[in-house]
Amino acid sequence: MAILLIATTLSGWFSEVLPFLPAWVPILLAAGVHATLVALFFGLPAFVFIWAERKVSGRIQDRLGPTRTGGRFGWLQSLADGIKLMQKEDLAPRAADQFLFNLSPFIVCVSVMTAFIVIPFSDGWAGVLADSGLFIALALLSLEVLGIVLAGYSSGSKWSLFGGIREAAQMVSYEVPLGMVAVIPVMIAGSMNLNEIVAIQSGGFWNWILFYHPFAFIAFFVFFTVTLASNKRAPFDLAEAESELVGGFHTEYSGMRWSYFFLGEYAGMFLVSMLAAILFLGGWWTGIPFIDQALVAVPTESFAYGYLTRVLGLLILMTKSSLLVVVQIWIRWTLPRLRIDQVMTTCLKYLIPISCVLLLGTAVWPLLLAGTLQRTTLLSPVGERMPPPIVDRSTAELLKREVH
Amino acid sequence: METVLFALYALTACGGALGVVLSQNVVRMAFWLVVSLGATAGLFFLLHADFVAATQLLIYVGGTVVLLIFGVMLTSSSPFAAMKTTPAELLQGGFLGLALLGVMLTTVLAVHWNENNEMLRQVDSQVNDLTYNPPETGNTSRPIGTALLGARFDRDLRPESEGLSPSLSPGYLLVFEIISVHLLVVLVGAAYLARAKQVVRNRTDSRSPEQTAA
Repeated sequence: MAILLIATTLSGWFSEVLPFLPAWVPILLAAGVHATLVALFFGLPAFVFIWAERKVSGRIQDRLGPTRTGGRFGWLQSLADGIKLMQKEDLAPRAADQFLFNLSPFIVCVSVMTAFIVIPFSDGWAGVLADSGLFIALALLSLEVLGIVLAGYSSGSKWSLFGGIREAAQMVSYEVPLGMVAVIPVMIAGSMNLNEIVAIQSGGFWNWILFYHPFAFIAFFVFFTVTLASNKRAPFDLAEAESELVGGFHTEYSGMRWSYFFLGEYAGMFLVSMLAAILFLGGWWTGIPFIDQALVAVPTESFAYGYLTRVLGLLILMTKSSLLVVVQIWIRWTLPRLRIDQVMTTCLKYLIPISCVLLLGTAVWPLLLAGTLQRTTLLSPVGERMPPPIVDRSTAELLKREVH
Repeated sequence: METVLFALYALTACGGALGVVLSQNVVRMAFWLVVSLGATAGLFFLLHADFVAATQLLIYVGGTVVLLIFGVMLTSSSPFAAMKTTPAELLQGGFLGLALLGVMLTTVLAVHWNENNEMLRQVDSQVNDLTYNPPETGNTSRPIGTALLGARFDRDLRPESEGLSPSLSPGYLLVFEIISVHLLVVLVGAAYLARAKQVVRNRTDSRSPEQTAA
């Protein structure tokens, strides 16, 4: 009962409350609840950040942005957009490969949505708390490009094809620095479990991986740049460059199929921001020492406090990642779009060597400190600030019994 | 529940494979390949092999197939390139497929599955009681990493009474690294060769106008 939202615990709760059901029903119910939550988290950022994008871009360009829909700030603009898009006719050009053309928006959407499964929203609140969570998230995110390439190819239009080719080239090259930079927090934390990576960052903002050593500090900015590119956000939005390619890979799409691409894009923006917050910015820790220590001290067994601290952690993580999304929007409306050769140069000639150096530096840093200061970290050792594992022995035994 | 999911993923994998064989369009083949490989990754997840499943997704689905489609996009002469197979190719492919099926069937049938299950169950009860992920929820990345370094939890932690002394193997890390570096060298070499050809062609192109002028 300690952690309500872990799938196995929720199914355990269902089987406690409704003991007369066969064994697979609670698991299915729990899976349904989690899937709904993840689906909501997939739709919600798109709803909020499309409005934010319009509003922020308006303000940056000295306009007002949406003002009327839904009251004072036009905050229902996304809903109006959604209703308009749903009413549009579902068109497909005659030259298109119908089957792939209809399917590719869903590939984009589903790949981003499934990546939310392994991301912890607060301490222990994840659909699947996998030990290789970061790796799975990156693997699932890398599938997004497939939908876009297929969309570009199957549209039967040269603009789409160009967009698809650019996107494929860009994504295939930017995966390399993304992987290398994402390894840095893994090396520091000694784990690919996102929950553990956040767990070592408790007890003050100087314990965040961002301030762990100079290489990690630079790595955060490299990670942010690379994720901008992997989400095809400006200045790397070559796949949909309006001024050159009409609409790029989505030129031939309309209505809901078009909007699925953008649902995927905005959810992807939020996802990589959450990843950045988890990997570098302390996740659900406030960064203020005495608050964090109080949060660690709260016993997880007490349902109310354990639950409320996690809700607080959820809010903090949401705030951090929303701020990062706002920075992404800000960059989009401030910087001009790069040319395709500049995009490739940025990646292959600058970001990959930089991330190689950062990786090497992260490997050498503890040795360097051990040689000079006789310790492997500048600040408090990782082991001392780590709160206890969230699964205690009784829960582990409970889980094992369930599995058998 | 697991049986149903297994059947679902296995059928999807087989259906995807059939799609690859039966479709004529190269990009559709690539798509069916994605379906098949993705379903295989699903099977890995079902077996609690998270790391292998994620690797499957990242390398095969996200990497190889995207490169395949990319290659098709860059090289195909007509919009939707179609492939026709001759009867000889069909015969050849069918023979190879049947031969592979035979090899795999003999391998699968040669394993003592029940004994292996018993052994694994004993090992799982000893290892990883107090981690973030209890056993059998797919925490395979650490065992794989330590096995690469040479420490095998499943072997070394077994009680001495079974007659097996704990032994440290050298691990596969060095082999793995050598293979990786070898692949990298191959890639760099391929890129160099492709570039060199282009330079030569440019030279001849630039020379020809001069020659005609002369």
